[in-house]
Amino acid sequence: MSEGCCSKSSCCSGGTEDVPAVSTALSFEDMLGAWKVRFGIARMDYLVKPGLYAVGKPNSDSPVLVSANYKLTFDTLRKNLVGLDCWLLILDTKGVNVWCAAGKGTFGTCELVHRIEAAQLSEIVTHRRVIVPQLGASGVNAHEVTRRTGFSVTFGPVRASDIQAFIASGCKATKEMRTVQFTLRDRLVLTPIELVEAAKKSLLVFGVLFLINFIAVRPFGIYDVAVYVGAVIVGTVLMPVLLPYIPGRAFAWKGWILGLCWTVFALWVLGWYTAGNWLLAAGYLLLLPMASAFLALNFTGCSTFTSPSGVLKEMRITLPLIIAASIIGVVLILIHKLI
Amino acid sequence: MTLRYLKNVVTLSLDAEKCTGCERCVEVCPHGVFDLYGGKVRIVEKDLCMECGACALNCRAEALTVNAGVGCAVAIIKSWITGGEPSCDCSGGGCC
Repeated sequence: MSEGCCSKSSCCSGGTEDVPAVSTALSFEDMLGAWKVRFGIARMDYLVKPGLYAVGKPNSDSPVLVSANYKLTFDTLRKNLVGLDCWLLILDTKGVNVWCAAGKGTFGTCELVHRIEAAQLSEIVTHRRVIVPQLGASGVNAHEVTRRTGFSVTFGPVRASDIQAFIASGCKATKEMRTVQFTLRDRLVLTPIELVEAAKKSLLVFGVLFLINFIAVRPFGIYDVAVYVGAVIVGTVLMPVLLPYIPGRAFAWKGWILGLCWTVFALWVLGWYTAGNWLLAAGYLLLLPMASAFLALNFTGCSTFTSPSGVLKEMRITLPLIIAASIIGVVLILIHKLI
Repeated sequence: MTLRYLKNVVTLSLDAEKCTGCERCVEVCPHGVFDLYGGKVRIVEKDLCMECGACALNCRAEALTVNAGVGCAVAIIKSWITGGEPSCDCSGGGCC
């Protein structure tokens, strides 16, 4: 279990002089990198080397903070450590954040035990405690880590911004520090990646529309694209932003309601509620709200409060409806366009 | 604002007989599902549970059980296609 790490990183030095130091200030490049990964550019390659790092001038009494090797996580943590002297023990989570990696098991008991041993932490600090972010707890079995390494695990606060207050209070977390939130800002930073992923899949849709136009009696135009793009933005951006304020609990329902509002409004603006366009209007009213609903359902993976049992229940009910309404909608639209 | 998901679906269960009141679950739960009452832990609001599994994994007394997993529709659809377990494997994009 200890192979693989010791060849390249500085984690095996034993002495503290070889431990790389990190700054608590983020550079312009760090901030640019954060924006890029938010939009999905090279997101899975944004990582730092696992192992032990020094922040400030830590000594053998300084606290040890454990974190993941996703660079966005690493940067968020270190910028919140201004003025603090501590050790950072970075686990190899393959560039994934603490919570997701804990769910996958890469931020886990074995990896933590391995890193504690590989860094020879017991020779670097005299105390026997590591502070693990609370969201790592779904992957880290605290008593198993203690049994295998002698280090006790204290689960720190959920947010890195609370770490200084947590340490200052003698490692006591308030209920507030222990609770995950899903603020407007939390939701907003997740929308670009959702939009980018949906845009990629939409290229396929546009390709199909382009091909259909070769045989269409009434070809697809810019307005068809506009109502579709609107429904995608509703499902990937508007629904996450308005999440707490949309009535109901199921994500697909919330997306459907918003998508329906958008489609009803857009078709009215375009003047498509006419005898000659009724098939088209009916088709879009069936299809587009369901497209928003499906995209909203996908946002369950980004949310901080949906249980797998709940998502499964929601999917069992909504997916058949989404598929059926979408198929009927597409057929109606095609009849209008082709015949 | 506390966000709530579907009612009465969560698989979390607590065997109060086994609970030793160590409060690890109170410490690790990200949604404040537990509190200490009369020397033992109790479930305050079960519908707030997202089945992350942190409490059960860290319960020495094995008093807590939950079908832990990821509450992610994309992961569940992927698992239907591939036949595997739903996992928070976002390398293809889509979440977190």
